Formats: sequence, C-alpha cells, structure tokens
Amino acid sequence: MLGRVANTIYWMNRYLERAENYARFMDVNYNLSLELPPNEKEQWKPLVVITGDWETYESLNDSAEKDKVIYFLAFDGQNPNSILNCITNARENARAVRTEITKEVWEQINALYYLVKDGVENKHHIDKNLRGFFTEIKNGCQLLYGMYDATISRNEGWNFGKLGQVLERADKTSRVLDAKYHFLLGSAKQVGSSLDLIQWAALLKSVSAYDMYRKKHGKLTSSNIAEFLILDTEFPRSILACLIRADQSLVALSGRSVGFSNTAQKQLGVLKSQLEYADINDIISAGMHEYLDDIQRKLNDISSAIYESFFAVDLSH
Amino acid sequence: MPKLDFSAYDSKGYYDEMFDENNVVRPNYKLFLERLENMSIKKLTSLQHSTDRAQLSLGMTFNVYNDNEGIERILHLDIIPRIIANKEWNHLEKGLQQRIKALNLFIQDIYNDQKVLKDKIIPKEMIFSSLSYLKELEGFKPPKDIWCHITGSDLIKGGDGQYYVLEDNLRCPSGVSYMLENREILKRTFPELFETLGVKPVYNYTHILRDTLEHLTDVEQPTIVVLTPGIYNSAYFEHSYLAQQMGAELVEGRDLIVKNDIVYMITTNGLQRVDVIYRRVDDDFIDPEVFNKKSLLGTPGLFRAYLKGNVVLVNAPGTGVVDDKAVYAYVPRIIKYYLGEDMILPNVKTYICDEEQDRKYVIENIHNLVVKQTDASGGYGMLIGPKSTKAEQQEFIVKIKHNPRNYIAQPMINLSRVPTIADNTIEGRHVDLRPYALYGDDIKIIPGALTRVALKKGSIVVNSSQGGGSKDTWVLNS
Repeated sequence: MLGRVANTIYWMNRYLERAENYARFMDVNYNLSLELPPNEKEQWKPLVVITGDWETYESLNDSAEKDKVIYFLAFDGQNPNSILNCITNARENARAVRTEITKEVWEQINALYYLVKDGVENKHHIDKNLRGFFTEIKNGCQLLYGMYDATISRNEGWNFGKLGQVLERADKTSRVLDAKYHFLLGSAKQVGSSLDLIQWAALLKSVSAYDMYRKKHGKLTSSNIAEFLILDTEFPRSILACLIRADQSLVALSGRSVGFSNTAQKQLGVLKSQLEYADINDIISAGMHEYLDDIQRKLNDISSAIYESFFAVDLSH
Repeated sequence: MPKLDFSAYDSKGYYDEMFDENNVVRPNYKLFLERLENMSIKKLTSLQHSTDRAQLSLGMTFNVYNDNEGIERILHLDIIPRIIANKEWNHLEKGLQQRIKALNLFIQDIYNDQKVLKDKIIPKEMIFSSLSYLKELEGFKPPKDIWCHITGSDLIKGGDGQYYVLEDNLRCPSGVSYMLENREILKRTFPELFETLGVKPVYNYTHILRDTLEHLTDVEQPTIVVLTPGIYNSAYFEHSYLAQQMGAELVEGRDLIVKNDIVYMITTNGLQRVDVIYRRVDDDFIDPEVFNKKSLLGTPGLFRAYLKGNVVLVNAPGTGVVDDKAVYAYVPRIIKYYLGEDMILPNVKTYICDEEQDRKYVIENIHNLVVKQTDASGGYGMLIGPKSTKAEQQEFIVKIKHNPRNYIAQPMINLSRVPTIADNTIEGRHVDLRPYALYGDDIKIIPGALTRVALKKGSIVVNSSQGGGSKDTWVLNS
C-alpha cells in the first residue's frame, strides 16, 4: 500500500473519531446544563480545555459561554479541530483514498459531510434542536464505523484505519477524564451530593461508559470510575483496551507478535505494559493529572513513530 | 393530474432526435414517449430532483478551474435520455474504428518513417510546429505499436441528420465515468424501460479497459496504476472511480520514484515496481526532467523509463499532435493514405488560417464562422461568429493575422437537439456525443456515450466548465 494512502486512511479515521467524540461531549454537557440547580454555574470552559484548543478559543472569544463554546467546537472554521473541519478533512481524505474504501463507506462520509455543512448553513447552533443535530452526527459516525466493519477487508488499510481510530479514542478518553476528574475532586473527596452524582454520571456518559460501568461496578466512586476509564480491558473506550486493540493492528502490520520490529511497536508495547501492570491506587496517589498527561505525551510519540515507520519511507538508501 | 403534452413542442429549425419536422415521434423514441406521456410534469421533475441528490451522494462532483471559492459542482444529468437506433450506431462504430486505426498508423509514421510527410500528404511544417509534437519520441515505437489506447471523439449531428466528427481527443479524454454512473442512475429512474426497450449495456467498460492495459505488458499480474494530478483536479472523481472499478492503484506523481530507469511506487513496505501507468496527467507535466520543469504533478525520470521500455504509458505521449485542430483538417486525407478507404464519418469543413486562400475566406466571412485556437480545448479560445460582436470579430482577425498557424475556422453547425427538462417544461436543447473507444487486440467502441447538453436555451456550448450538462445515451439492441 502507498505510504501516502496509509497515512491518509490513518488520519481519516482519527478525524471521524474526533468528530464523534466532540458531538458526544457537547450533547452530554448540554444535557447536564438543563438539570443544574439555579445558582450553579454552567461549566463550558472544561469542554474546550479537554480538546486542547483553549488557546485558540481564547484568541477568538472573550468569554466561555454555552453558545460560543458550541459554535467553536462544532462549527467554527477557524478551529482546526471543530466538527465541521474534522468531517470536511475526513471527507477530503476519503476522496483521496477512494480506491481503498467501499461505495457504502464513501457515500456515508459524503452524507455526513452534507449533514454538517447544511447544519452550518442553517445555523443549527442557535436552533432549538441542537441535541437532535449532535445525535445525528454521532449516529452518522457510528453508522460509518458499522459499514467500515462490515464492508472493508481486514487488510493493511483497515489496520492503519483502526490504529488511527483507537489512538484518537485513547487520547480523548484520557483528556475527558483529566479535565473532569480534576474539577470534580476539587469540590469533594467522595462522590456524595446529588450534584456530584450528576457530574460523575455525565463524565461516564461523555465517553459512552455509563451503562457498562454500572453493570460492572454499580455504585459511582471516583476511583472505580478512573480505573474503568484507564485500566479496564473489556470496555472498548478505556485507554488500555484501546492500546490492546492498537497493538493487534501493529502486530498485523509489522508481522511480529513478540518484541518489536519498529519504533512504533516498541513504544506502544511499553505503554501497554505500563498500564497492564498499573494499580489505580498508585496512579491516584502519584497524581492523576501527571499520569494522564504522561499518557497523552506517549500517545503523541507513538503517532509520530507510526509516521516515521510506515508513511515516510526513507529514500536515501 | 395533467399529463405531459408534447403538442406544443418546437422541433423546427434543427434536427430533433425525438421528433421529425412534423412533430411525429421517431421510431427509436416511440416507446419512451409513451412512458413519458403517462407521466405528469410534477412526477418527472421529482424524478429529476432525486437524480440530483443521487449524484451528490455518489460524490460525482468536480471543481471548476479558475474558481477561487473551490465550489464543488455536479455535472447536471438531464433524465431524458438520448436514444440511438441500432443501425445508426453500427454506422458510427465502423466510422470510429476506421478513424482510430488510421490515426494510430499516422502517429507511428510521423515519429518513425515520416512517409506521410515525404509523400507531402500533410505539410511537414504543420507537424513540426505543433506544440504537441514531441521530438524526443522520434524513432520510438510503443508496445504493440498502439499509441491511442483510449479515445473519446466528439461527434455532432447537423441539420441534415448526419454525424460529423468535431474533435478526436487522443490525449486524456475524460467523461467516461459519467457515462457509467449516468447509466446506473437512469436504471433507477426508469427501471422498466430498460427491459422493454432493450438497451445495450455499458458496464463492461472498466473490464475491457483493464484488459486493454494488461495487453500491453508481458508481466504476469502486472501492477497497474492510474496517475492523477490529485483531488483538486476537476476530473478527480473519474480518476478515482476508474482506478477503483479496475482494481488499480490510484497514485500521484509524488508516490512514484524512478531508479535505474525503473518506475516504483512508494509503499509502506518499501518500493514496488509499476508496469503500466494509465496517466491522466498531460504530456507536458509527466516528467519535469524532460518537459515542464516546474511541474509538481509528474515524476522525474518517468519519460526515460518509458523510452527504455520499462514502463507503459497510456495513452502514449505524443498523441496530442492529432488533437491539433489544424492537423484535424487533414484526417480525411490521412484515412485515404493509410487505409485506401473513403472516410465513413465526415469531418466538419475546416478552413486552415495558415493557408492563404482559407485565411482570406475566414477574415471575410468571420461573422458566419466558428473560429478556434488550434491548441485549445474545453470551449476556450473560440469565437462563435454569428453570436459575436463586431469588436470581438476584429479582435480575432488581429489574432489570426498575427499567428495564422494558431487558428482554424469552421462553418456554424446547427447541433441536433434532444428534449430536455427546463423549468417545469420540456424544450429542445443542443447536444453533442462522446463515445469511447478502447484499442487493445482490436478497436472496441462501447455502445453508449456521454451526451453533453447545452442547458442554456439556444446555446451550443456543451462544455461542463461552461454551463453544460449531460444525458445518458441509450443504444438500442434492434
């Protein structure tokens, strides 16, 4: 497979995953804002902080209000990671690798693009049916995952796509947890008040983890939630589960299941082992923020290593 | 619900493909018209709208050159098809086969023995002054002696009901994906009609195309690629469509590298040798070492690898000399010279401004003629005499005098018309016809075509970049 094409597939999947995550964050936060007690301030700034684009946001806005944040994250052409830009980029990438995907997948990405583009033109962000719109985007992305799953061969391209998807997912889960955990623990050590409950539940819902968490742990506790989102091996959005999935694809691409045959495989293997043998209590006592920050940095390194190992073929020899 | 009524349809003044001059339906359209007449205009427009949506969802969009907005447009597909009777098609098929065979021999000759020049059938200055003549190819013979593997000639039908060849398009003819996708869409629009009418299928085009490409190399299971300028090219949809349908790799110039005169593509597992390149990049841009030095679309060394026979380029470089509109005027003589036959499909009468007598005639009669630049295409660089102002005519006279080699002129042809949906009614619109030919072990003409239609009332410019749309073209089994 062409290196350029592999890179394009990898990013197409990252962009889609990112768009879906953004739609879910906003939907959950919007829902939360409807149930807050009257004197409680709505929290929209953390949403932007999660995405890592706070600096860009600040340069364009003077305050973090609901409408502004939603516009910035969903529709702002000046935010390189807005849903609009992610979907547009995913579609441009899909167009560039049209020969690697199926008619079904292409048509669905295309439909998603028109959904978002029309959303911008019809000013959905001031429309009352904003949640319906986010649901459509989420569903559109998930429909796409389904089609990808059901129509694409498990070839090289599929594995690069999967890598992009799960690395993006791991990054987003860690960022959501980082921002919310920090903020929530600031207010109380243990989950107690009803406001806390809503907030912790919202954190789980932001990564579609609420139902599966309840099934496994029942009661909401901060350490169980952190463990579930970082170390669970069965929940598909936990960081470790994402790394296990990424490892399978890297093994398929590198052809080596023990040890490593390139830097990407080495770095990923090290991070995966680190989490496999981690204990949530150690993580908490050593500092959650520092731990998650370290994971995010390592995920970035892995992404760069994938680029070096597969996409940028060295022609000097 | 009021049914569609054609009693007021205007079929006068031009050859209409559906009705004769007395508004009586022609036999090839009889069954189709019966179907239409049972339909309301509302139903017809709703069918038309769902077609527009289908094109968008298929991503059949193109970017218009010189359009800063980067707006994507669809090539409007009018759902009323152009229907061609079997007998008429057979005539076209023979005519095109004859023409392409002769042109291929001609190209081989001008780059090798140059007999046609020595016998003074065509002035050698005309060939050597053509911008598309590639001196680098002198003495070169491509695999199987085939130069023009893929041809998309532009034909028109005049007021006399006769087909004429307007242009040969031997470089990188585009539009075939529209022929194929238009058919898929129309099969959904009028499913029952395909059975009743008996329409010849076109779906095997991409299979024959692959066979045509494989035929050019001795490598078992060759690596075939489609070379595209990239996603911003107006025909990108087609490049990706063809690569995908053929099971070929879609590459850009930067994905290829030439080492020791062998072409490789850069893959995640290192370099992989490429055997055949269906290139949709013009000659001038394929190799910055030889041609346009500033080209970023090509691959350095590609042309050298080609001359050494290490890779096949399709169409062969150098075919553009036939697309020169001044050379076009000699095609009747070219056919006679190589095949000893009279031309089956006539040319449009062409005045060569480089010849004194013709030039004089053109300047005196410019208001009645269509003047064309010999190296331009896409409907650019032309003057439509009867629809131009005195100032525009003067401007072209100056240009012709300044550089006569660069211009030809033709009488204005009254392109035939096909009924077309226009604002809740149906009116005649002018059309041309672009069938596709594949030159492998023989010359195959795919029974179908891209019919381009000038959507603006009275307009005869059918180019997609200038407000043209398309129609599906049905060739009947009997």
